[in-house]
Amino acid sequence: MTRWVMIADLRRCVGCQTCTAACRQANATPPGVQWRRVLDMEFGEYPAVKRVFVPVGCMHCDEPPCMQVCPSTATRKRADGVVTIDYDLCIGCSYCAVACPYQARYRTDAPAFAYGEPTAAESEEFDAARIGVATKCTFCVDRIDAGTARGLVPGVDPDATPACVNSCIAGALHFGDRDDPQSNVSRLLAENRHFRMHESLGTGPGFYYLWDREAEAA
Amino acid sequence: MIYGSSPWVQRSWDVRAALNFSLGGTGSGMLLVLAFSDVGGDTALRGAILLALALVAAGLAAVWLEIGRPARAVHVLLNPFTSWMSRESLAAVVLLAVGAGAAATLRVELLIASALAALAFVYCQGRILQNGRGIPAWREPTVTALIVVTALAEGAGALVAVGALARAPMRVALAWCAFAVIARAWAWSAYRRRVTGTVPGPGLAVLDRVGAVLVAVGTLAPLALLLAAALVPPAATVAGVLAGLASLAAGWVFKIALVTRAAYNQGFALPQLPVRGARGTFHRGEARP
Repeated sequence: MTRWVMIADLRRCVGCQTCTAACRQANATPPGVQWRRVLDMEFGEYPAVKRVFVPVGCMHCDEPPCMQVCPSTATRKRADGVVTIDYDLCIGCSYCAVACPYQARYRTDAPAFAYGEPTAAESEEFDAARIGVATKCTFCVDRIDAGTARGLVPGVDPDATPACVNSCIAGALHFGDRDDPQSNVSRLLAENRHFRMHESLGTGPGFYYLWDREAEAA
Repeated sequence: MIYGSSPWVQRSWDVRAALNFSLGGTGSGMLLVLAFSDVGGDTALRGAILLALALVAAGLAAVWLEIGRPARAVHVLLNPFTSWMSRESLAAVVLLAVGAGAAATLRVELLIASALAALAFVYCQGRILQNGRGIPAWREPTVTALIVVTALAEGAGALVAVGALARAPMRVALAWCAFAVIARAWAWSAYRRRVTGTVPGPGLAVLDRVGAVLVAVGTLAPLALLLAAALVPPAATVAGVLAGLASLAAGWVFKIALVTRAAYNQGFALPQLPVRGARGTFHRGEARP
């Protein structure tokens, strides 16, 4: 089996938001819709202050609360763990949005463009099917499918890898098959201490955060 | 220690969604009380059933106005296997169909069947909130009982108010109202105890404000007025109307706040902070390794 997961190395992320911009470009999301966001968190008081940049988005959970509540069956989970939305089925009830503990879902009720009138690129990429329905990160599933069909390896070959991971300037974002013990993500998870967001809710997020080396922590 | 960013109020569901819980709850509660009480007279009973059905339909219409693709609304029925929203919609279809039959024929069996559908409908509403796992104030399991008894109190209150205005005999409905507001206060108390520590502070503050309304306006005032209505016959009409309206209004205020202003998410939380750079403690003047 294959289980696609993403990893964010919190030690490496510099908060440059390049992943956010790359996602917006690759997926043509409207203003205000960021399928890949980077939170900027500060902890402590001067001089003992820590600043942490935390990439977030759809966690492509093992047990997605959004899929369970969806009344139209628009939200589904593929065998490889990618959670998808069928825009033609979705009724835009936003139940998934309130069921998601990661605030990963958006609904845009009217076309919106960066400068009011659509630019040439925005006109070309505009998709009316996305109006009035739930949208979210897809793990760039089209790239994964097209890439694997050509024999490429997601997470290794850029043409089969999500846009945010390709764009990361710090090597903080990684993507790969968790079920393959030889994959890049399996090695990273074995070598580093990690956690998942709101793990106590039992959603089984497919998004891991690295925070320390395994050997050093022992 | 948990590190994280502050929660914020969800913006996906507004008062239109909340109205489905209020109007639908009231209509369902009315049907439940009607099926097991003594509202006398064919005209009064038929009118009360039709009012209850109209309230349920109005609630569904309100939430229909909120969805992004209203023309596809029928898709809401596609996932009864896991979605409580689909189940609520199916229950609503049954409720409206059987309720219409009950209003047309006034047969007791149909009235009881519509009450059971109403119970299923309002239970589904509670489970809808309970499955909204992104919102700590909703995912608390006792919210379902709170929603069900709140609907009962609203419905009984509406019936008592309308019945008092119409001077219809309805002793059992008065008893239902008294029972329902006490049950609601108990359910609120149990719910409030459980959400301490899970609902973010600002959300708890909202809940406490509307909870106070629920207890004072929605429980103590109706009980006092119902007692006055029983003991002072000349004041029965006014006291009955006020008692019913107080029970109804408190439920609406509470549910609208629960769905909108108290609906804080839990933000994001980091159980660990990243360990960066060299390790160990350095003191002024020491050379780093």
